[in-house]
Amino acid sequence: MKTLFATLALTTALTLPGLAMARPVTLTTTLNNYGGDGAYLALYVTDPSGAYVGSLWMAGGKSKYYEHLSDWYRATGGDTAQVNGITGASVGAGRTLEITLDLADALFDAGYTLHIDAAVEDMRDSPNEVAVPLTTAGAGTPVQGRRYIASFAYDM
Amino acid sequence: MIRAFHRWPGLLALALVTVLTLSGAALSVFPAAERLTTPQAEAGLSVAALAERIQAAYPGVEQIRRAPSGRITAYWFDQGVPGAAVIDPATGEGVASADPNQTQRWLTNLHRSLFLGDGGRIAMALGAAAMLVLSVSGAMLVARRAGGWRHWFARLRGPLAGRLHVEIARVAVFGLVLSSATALWMTASTFDLVPNGGAAAIVAPEVSGETGMPPALMPTLEDTPVAELRALNFPYPDDPTDIYKLKTDRGTGYLDQGTGALLWWADLSGWERVFETVYMLHTGQGAAALGLVLGLMALGVPALGATGVLIWLAGRRGRPRIRGNQPAGRAETVVLVGSEGGSTWGFAATLHAALTGAGQSVHVGPMSGFAPERYARAERIIVLAATYGDGDAPASARGFLDRLAALDRAPRAPLAVLGFGDRSFPDYCAFARAVAAAAQAKGWPELLALDTVDRQSPQDFARWGRALGEALGTPLELSHQPVVPKTETLTLVSRRDYGAEVQAPTAILRFALPRATLWQRLTGAGFARFEAGDLIGIVPEGGTVPRFYSLASARRDGFIEIVVRKHPGGLCSGQLTALEPGDTATGFLRRNPGFRPGRGRAPLILIGAGTGIGPLAGMVRGNARGRPIHLFFGMRHPDSDFFYRDEMPAWQAEGRLTRLVTAVSRGARPHYVQDALRGDAAQVARLIRDGARVMVCGGRDMAAGVADALAEILAPSGLSPATLKAEGRYVEDVY
Repeated sequence: MKTLFATLALTTALTLPGLAMARPVTLTTTLNNYGGDGAYLALYVTDPSGAYVGSLWMAGGKSKYYEHLSDWYRATGGDTAQVNGITGASVGAGRTLEITLDLADALFDAGYTLHIDAAVEDMRDSPNEVAVPLTTAGAGTPVQGRRYIASFAYDM
Repeated sequence: MIRAFHRWPGLLALALVTVLTLSGAALSVFPAAERLTTPQAEAGLSVAALAERIQAAYPGVEQIRRAPSGRITAYWFDQGVPGAAVIDPATGEGVASADPNQTQRWLTNLHRSLFLGDGGRIAMALGAAAMLVLSVSGAMLVARRAGGWRHWFARLRGPLAGRLHVEIARVAVFGLVLSSATALWMTASTFDLVPNGGAAAIVAPEVSGETGMPPALMPTLEDTPVAELRALNFPYPDDPTDIYKLKTDRGTGYLDQGTGALLWWADLSGWERVFETVYMLHTGQGAAALGLVLGLMALGVPALGATGVLIWLAGRRGRPRIRGNQPAGRAETVVLVGSEGGSTWGFAATLHAALTGAGQSVHVGPMSGFAPERYARAERIIVLAATYGDGDAPASARGFLDRLAALDRAPRAPLAVLGFGDRSFPDYCAFARAVAAAAQAKGWPELLALDTVDRQSPQDFARWGRALGEALGTPLELSHQPVVPKTETLTLVSRRDYGAEVQAPTAILRFALPRATLWQRLTGAGFARFEAGDLIGIVPEGGTVPRFYSLASARRDGFIEIVVRKHPGGLCSGQLTALEPGDTATGFLRRNPGFRPGRGRAPLILIGAGTGIGPLAGMVRGNARGRPIHLFFGMRHPDSDFFYRDEMPAWQAEGRLTRLVTAVSRGARPHYVQDALRGDAAQVARLIRDGARVMVCGGRDMAAGVADALAEILAPSGLSPATLKAEGRYVEDVY
């Protein structure tokens, strides 16, 4: 398995008002061998009420396909400004996407959830492929996705 | 100019375009296969009923998709395990795997990006752009060659590679333009260079908060036939804020999961419709038959590439470098060349060498570079002009006539015009005639009267060279051999003599087939492949210029046969008619594709006199399938020069020859073939009206007489030899 590195210093990612403290978090997503073309992945966060807060990463550069990331698309109305500057290539079957970004402390242990929507050409759309609560205790614990993601973990 | 736009993109993009078209042709099969193997929904089935059936079979269903082929796929979760299947709409049950076809996926990635991501997509788009440029420039060349867009499907003549290239291209070009233009649009859409125009969904639709209404009862789904469905997404279980999402041919909408009410709807935008049409035309998804046709046309591209390279190589070979070419300002003789395919340059090189050898300083250049003010020392100007299409200027003569017309006065140096053409075309040497007429109108002094060279005949050229030498006061021997062919030794097997009594001693000479090498057999070169009507070039001992004779046999006959009349003082015919069995001659094959009976069952009217009967007899002998053949045979006296007299009855008995009409010119009442035609006018007219093909072989006077007779015979039916020629139904081999 090869690792795709996409490292960025995203100091403004999800900075909540009045909460300037942030820490670097590494998100590691490994796909299974689903036998299709590269997967589009949208990583985003919702608040305790389930409302969209913001996007962390978009793997896949052609905005015309974003509607297949259906939860993200419905939450954002397909607004590409939400992923401006945090967009990378789609992720091939069996490959790993690793991104490091600064996440606000206030997002942890406060009922926020990290979601991943996934879609592959000519295969099923998989919204909410992964949904993990952001907790300090849960860091480093891999979870499995519903269809395409073999394991996902966030490390602090 | 157009030719350059055709040649260079073609050679550069050849590999890329070959990959594109081969993969595209392979991909074109999939939509048709999918269409044939997919269980189709019964007419009038609603999305509501379909959803109910699928939900009964798969309670965890999340999405139903319908492909343009009618294939319905369902995706579900069953106790946390994802599942998917192709659905039989009649039962709602899965019947086949929904996994993508790996071969198709591999081909698709090769076809659109060479497995190289965005860089590969751009490369392939450039390939598509090259194909579009090639198609458009090629279409313009075809139209120009045929003499206009109206003659798009006109019969072709010329070397095989060139004919094949145009034959394939003029059919395939429609598909290639469509495929390459839609490919460019799709790439532009992928890179957001054209608007994709999707309507943005509303962020959070106002929902009722109720749940549990089965989709079977929702009016919108009941009103939507399955034939219009693209996709139906089900709401998450246990999420009352979620909705049904419906995508159809007409647009996209959200439905409340508790009330079934349509919460939001957006019609497909114009740009989306444009893209979908383009996508359908390119992939054949939703138009499987069209896809197959486009795939078939794409298959022509590798053949076009191969023949195109052959044409290019032949053109390069055919245009020799002219050694010691003098600058125009210093030359005593200026030779201007109007050539399309390059063969006329070979004649110019021969002329240049001969004049230089005679002590002249000679400049050779294209007619398009005509600049009389620069010819300071010119004592004579010689124009060698081919013709293109319906009497148009060939490529290297563009603008010549305009420039001549714009001159205040004609150059002082006298002019000789030599036209190159093919006598079987109605507008023989029309461009050369136009040049000569324009020069005369301008008052340009004449060095030599207009002369012509038929089908690159070395004899015609040598004859003109002698006339030029007389005008210059220096003997000039122009021995031009366009491509020096490899000759083979032919051994005479038998001879039959005729005509001595009527002062036309003639022999039917039969040679053994020379052994063909493996390479010749593979490529059909030399005598490995020939038909009756092809030509044999015989180089006489002590001569350099070959004489051409029509072949009276085909390869499958197992021998080479010609009919040769001994001309008084003729070097070649004298040597040939003196051959005895066992003696040898050297010769080479020259194809004559313009003089073939062609395929099909349409009757043939073969008209020949004297030795001209040779190739026609060969065609009759090869007519094993019993195509109706009416042979008009002109001779001097039946007891003396009735060639093939012994074979004719057998050919008629075997059905190879339907009817033989002879005309005898010696006797109390001379009777020629044209008289025989007039005597049979009603039947000849009927045969031609019904699609018969006319082939004429023999002397020039006879051919002219036949054309006149046919013009009379056909006048009542509104046809003429000229219209038949344009249709390719009237061909001549005249000497």
